[in-house]
Amino acid sequence: MLRGAVYFDAVRFAPALLVLFLTACSGQFPQSVFAPRSDFSTELAGLFKGIFWWAVVVFAIVESLLLIALARYRARRGAAEPKPVHGHTALEIGWTLAPALILVFIAVPTMRAIFATAGHAPEGALRVEVIGHQWWWEYRYPTLNISAYNELHLPVGTPIQVEMTSADVIHSFWVPRLGGKRDLIQGRTNRIAFRADSTGEYWGQCAEFCGASHANMRLRVLVQSDSMFQRWVDQQRAAPVTPAKGSPAEAGQQVFRRSACIGCHTIAGIAQGKIGPDLSHVGGRATIAGALFPNTGETLHRWIMNAPALKPGALMPPQNLSTQDLDALIAYLQSLK
Amino acid sequence: MGVDSRKMAFWAFIGSECLLFGSLIATYLVYKGRSLVGPYPHEILNIPFTSFSTFDLLMSSLAMVLALAAVQRGDMKQGKLWLLVTALLGLVFLGGQFWEFSHFVHEGLGLTTNLFGSTFYVLTGTHGAHVTVGVIWLLTLWIQALRGKLGPKQALTVEITGLYWHFVDVVWIVIFTVVYLIQ
Amino acid sequence: MKSWLITTDHKRIGLLYFWTAFGFFLIGGLEALIIRAQLIRPDGGLGVSAETFNQLFTMHGTTMVFLALMPLSAAFFNYIIPLQIGARDVAFPRLNAFSYWVFLLGGLFLNASFIAGPLFGADRLSVAPDAGWFGYANLTSRQFSPGPNVDFWLLGLQILGIASLAAGFNFIVTILNMRAPGMRMLRLPVFTWMTLVTQFLVITAFPVITVALVLLMFDRFFGTHFFLPAGGGDPILWQHLFWMFGHPEVYILILPAMGIISEVLPTFSRKPLFGYTVVVYSGVVIAFLGWSVWSHHMFSTGLGPIADSVFAGTTMLIAIPTGVKIFNWIGTLWGGQIRFTTSLLFAVGFIAMFIIGGLSGVTHASAPSDLQQTDTYYVVAHIHYVLFGGTILGLFAGMYYWWPKMTGRFLSEGLGKVHFWLTMIGMNLAFFPMHFSGLLGMPRRIYTYPAELGVARFNQLSTIGAFLIGIATLIFFWNLLRTRWRPANAPANPWGGATLEWAMSSPPPVYNFTVIPTVASRLPLWQTERHAPMVALPAEPPAPIHVPGGSWWPMITALGLPIIAIGALAHLIPIVLAGAAVVIVGIYRWAFEPFEM
Repeated sequence: MLRGAVYFDAVRFAPALLVLFLTACSGQFPQSVFAPRSDFSTELAGLFKGIFWWAVVVFAIVESLLLIALARYRARRGAAEPKPVHGHTALEIGWTLAPALILVFIAVPTMRAIFATAGHAPEGALRVEVIGHQWWWEYRYPTLNISAYNELHLPVGTPIQVEMTSADVIHSFWVPRLGGKRDLIQGRTNRIAFRADSTGEYWGQCAEFCGASHANMRLRVLVQSDSMFQRWVDQQRAAPVTPAKGSPAEAGQQVFRRSACIGCHTIAGIAQGKIGPDLSHVGGRATIAGALFPNTGETLHRWIMNAPALKPGALMPPQNLSTQDLDALIAYLQSLK
Repeated sequence: MGVDSRKMAFWAFIGSECLLFGSLIATYLVYKGRSLVGPYPHEILNIPFTSFSTFDLLMSSLAMVLALAAVQRGDMKQGKLWLLVTALLGLVFLGGQFWEFSHFVHEGLGLTTNLFGSTFYVLTGTHGAHVTVGVIWLLTLWIQALRGKLGPKQALTVEITGLYWHFVDVVWIVIFTVVYLIQ
Repeated sequence: MKSWLITTDHKRIGLLYFWTAFGFFLIGGLEALIIRAQLIRPDGGLGVSAETFNQLFTMHGTTMVFLALMPLSAAFFNYIIPLQIGARDVAFPRLNAFSYWVFLLGGLFLNASFIAGPLFGADRLSVAPDAGWFGYANLTSRQFSPGPNVDFWLLGLQILGIASLAAGFNFIVTILNMRAPGMRMLRLPVFTWMTLVTQFLVITAFPVITVALVLLMFDRFFGTHFFLPAGGGDPILWQHLFWMFGHPEVYILILPAMGIISEVLPTFSRKPLFGYTVVVYSGVVIAFLGWSVWSHHMFSTGLGPIADSVFAGTTMLIAIPTGVKIFNWIGTLWGGQIRFTTSLLFAVGFIAMFIIGGLSGVTHASAPSDLQQTDTYYVVAHIHYVLFGGTILGLFAGMYYWWPKMTGRFLSEGLGKVHFWLTMIGMNLAFFPMHFSGLLGMPRRIYTYPAELGVARFNQLSTIGAFLIGIATLIFFWNLLRTRWRPANAPANPWGGATLEWAMSSPPPVYNFTVIPTVASRLPLWQTERHAPMVALPAEPPAPIHVPGGSWWPMITALGLPIIAIGALAHLIPIVLAGAAVVIVGIYRWAFEPFEM
């Protein structure tokens, strides 16, 4: 599952030391902002790092002053009344200017980063449209004429222009190690641009509260070598697999045709529902239900029987299928690589 | 202290109201020209008619000034008259707004027709509600005056009423400019 | 009983505010504990449903902001401000009572949603608001939130807004107009100053949220499209309106606490506040800047690089006056004779914790850096360092400081120290790990998270910390309750404070001052270089002092508002009209009631 997850890199990032200390083990953090793997997220991490160290310095100075004051000026019996100091103009000017100066050192790289991450990819970037739905993700590749769902496939090292919008409420696309977050808003198009610098599987999830199953709106980004990506593209372009005569999958196709599935889902040549994700190549995905569960027979079984129980608010109603029909249906879905 | 507490509170209230109308006017401006379907403002707004309403409201402010001056110098006969005139001019404005709204609805511009309709009705409706409160307030003072319970001692009450009334008037000038004149 | 219902005495209203707000504080805290309990384990937690969880965090935020922190500050405004400025009451005592009753009824209305489900044919008991305390459009539309939940929220907040606005006008006039002779603006105690600034923010910010809520109400009740893309509307407009209110609101929450510790620190270091004028003016500057930063809540919405730069810049500027205040507080302690009372500990705790919240604030003032932080637990950590570490610790400092004045009875210092240390340990354990949960990829407002994220350990710490805060708060509650059976032996000026509230007995007589004092210095009760302490007031008033009687009409007028809201909720016009009639009759009777000041 966690092919791409990388061990925490303590040297590269200082707060990591604290994390390490607190967890007492080097865990895997698939959504950590401390292990950036794109130009975008590297830029953000660098910026944060700079501000973080300024904050540490200020923290140390101010808290020390506070502690010194408390330790030195504890009331003592018989001590004289303190001198009634009302203020000190030079000090006031000093501690107004000092933070202002530090802020300049923070503001300049901030402005630079704002324009560097404004979301415009260079010419020739791969365009991807991300559309948020309650609670799943649709990706369209307008130049390749294919679509994907919840799992976003991208070629490594290629600039990506992401254009996002929503089909319903506001969502937010966030893959901490690659970039984001940027809101998906109905009626608007937002942009980010990045270039993933290493292959692997990256985790993300919706960051803007979007209703009952906000917590369950997850996603994966699979950054692949050019050849792997091309193979995947070709797979998506192909027509859905036709099951062999007499196979369980063929029986499953019949179940699909006469069940409620066709109202909401598309399988090219079989059904054209638009409410749920396209299932033409569902068997090729690693996860189902908004990257919530691994794509196995067992999870498919539970999902089809009662989706709202697994994912609160899910629109797909519980399906009343016989065990035989359900097994056939799952065989069919799994065959759709 | 210099300023009466009630008057000061009223100035604070007017400051707060500025933000209220400011937000509504900002909403109107943000959505200007973004209606997906008609009727659009230029097809439906009747500037001559509304100019008359505006003039009417301006005259009511003048009447309010006269009412206050009369109450302050203790001339309650004039005071009563001008309070009533102010209220009646306010009623004329409200009547005009009622006619305008029903005319617009007849022309096909409902509250939910398009963004222009929604922003227009909510903005001018909020103003109309303020005028309504003002008219009720003025009539209350007038009745008090008829019962002999309003005199120069209550001049401050009349002054505050006037503050409110002039404010509502000024807001209308802004709305008239933004909604009707600058299309 | 009756005398409390009709009271217009600012001191009684202050106590009513205090106990009511403290009750809501406990409710909001309970909601937080259920949230934290649920998150102690990944992958489903303790089984709190998504729907319930969404209601809990929405109500936790709404309750803490509108029903606990603001009114707890209001309790002190009510009780202390007239005493500090040398007045017999606020400018409009009945309006003051009205504010309280509206607040109480609005709070009850909002919380009634927890048990109102059956009335709306819902299949669950609770139909509490569930779209977040920020209520972002278009999730709040009828289409995506069909139940009465969001209606409860938008109607409840409108009611509470009326309470805040009424109190705002009242305190502005009270502070500007009711000052004792000689109490010039730059002799006002800093708490009074910060209250004044806060009230200006209230009367300018609340109209904006009122407009936003009214537009939302039109969308939900009458089918307009103010925030709905389907009709050309823009959900982002909601965010602009909400945060134009919401960011000043942050300063509405923090400035009174800053005022409190500016009183507590000088008293317990026996030194005047360092840089009084600078502290006052920086408060004013914070308020002004507070109006120019709202879009920093919206960096992820794609405002474009120019707007991002502007709002990042203005936001960073706020760090300067805030830093100046912190330095002046430390300057106050420096060279003093510091007495480590519980009140002082909380005031120092405020400084120590607020620094952390302020610094994490700088990390998300930087717009690109914020992209990785917004809507994660990192921001949850930030707001709790500011609003718990700041506002609540400041309020606790005020409670220990002024409780003897308000009741004549001391809170236990022993229990107080336990309360303080448990609170400090609890809050750092609860909120510090949230920085890590957030940066390691945990979004806010999720009822469950996968074990693979690796944040379970941090969440466990947070939950333990939250329960420690809960225990500490119960100890404090007990400390408050037990004073009822303690002797009323607090002297007039138990801490040796310098301001006017310490010039009369504890608790003060109903008319406050036997003689209205004449103020000659910023520290009237202290010996300073130029001024001798004020002469003690006579024990008895030289002539009888007229105290206005109570009035029923504030409460009755207030009662009309929830009736209107209930009518709107149930879509029953007659009930709306009945409520409006109650309000109108109430106002008329109020206006024509003889009420002498």
